[in-house]
Amino acid sequence: MLAIEFPPISHLLNWPDIWFEDTAFAVNKVTMLFVVAAVMVATFYLVAGSKKQLVPTGVQSVAESAIGFVRDGIIMETAGPAGLPFLPFLLTLFSFIFCLNIIGLVPFVQMPANARMALPAIMALVVWATYIVVGMVKQGPLHYFKGVAFPPGVPKPIYLLVTPIEIVSTFIVRPLSLAVRLFANLLAGHLILVSFAILSEALFDATYIGVVAPFFMLVALTGFELLVAFLQAYIFTILASVYIGGAIHPDH
Amino acid sequence: MLNPSILAEIGPGELEAGLTALGRGIVYGGAAIGPGLGIGLIAGNAITAMARQPEAAGMVRTTMFLGIAFTEALALFGFVLAFILAG
Repeated sequence: MLAIEFPPISHLLNWPDIWFEDTAFAVNKVTMLFVVAAVMVATFYLVAGSKKQLVPTGVQSVAESAIGFVRDGIIMETAGPAGLPFLPFLLTLFSFIFCLNIIGLVPFVQMPANARMALPAIMALVVWATYIVVGMVKQGPLHYFKGVAFPPGVPKPIYLLVTPIEIVSTFIVRPLSLAVRLFANLLAGHLILVSFAILSEALFDATYIGVVAPFFMLVALTGFELLVAFLQAYIFTILASVYIGGAIHPDH
Repeated sequence: MLNPSILAEIGPGELEAGLTALGRGIVYGGAAIGPGLGIGLIAGNAITAMARQPEAAGMVRTTMFLGIAFTEALALFGFVLAFILAG
């Protein structure tokens, strides 16, 4: 009989420390992926901007289409022209998340760094702090918090219900869902790929020919994960843009 | 024939492990029902809107992804909760 043992989830996600073991600065595979992705994004935009041609070619045209996508497809659609000062921030977020997710699919690396809660949580907290600060600067602290807690155009008694919901959803659920969405999507994708890899290995050991079907699924799902990698970077950025846009323009 | 004494042969901790696995399945399955219906409605209505008014497809697509992202979060909370359940 085929009895397939699925490893406990900590075996799939916890990597041993490589340097500085057992300190707060321990470096493992996931930490190295953060650094690699950050260096890749920085190098990409530095190379793209090193010689500014009027007619872009090569790296520069890729970078310009990425900027155009974030500017026209994300910021202008959600926050409007007032959100354009946040183009560098949102472009960095988008490129960094996308790069990390793609590295997570490269054969022999195959560890999406965003499947650990640390980075999504930090990025969500940065977005959370950004939109609160933007709201307080653009509208004034009192007006901003009043606009969040008491949205205009609601009959007075309904505020008993609306105010707690709005406060919880704006200041607690938004950052939590932003982080959990990115984390859980990549964790789920990683687990699906692991399941099919384990199934392929077990069937290869048992029958040789039986490996065809699960291995085909493994390759197809890796292709699907490429789509998820892009989509999650897009969704994280567009939600950050919506939240910042909402802090710039109060509800009328 | 099923031997009734099989129930007496459960090792220590096996019942808890089995019930935890069952609970995980129920948590995630329950959490996936509503968002599944919701995402279906969002995507279906977005397709209708795009077919009726192809020139508005870009705007509809952005809004569709936003709606899907908000709805999907509920299912993902269930997914994470299923792992958080102590095994």
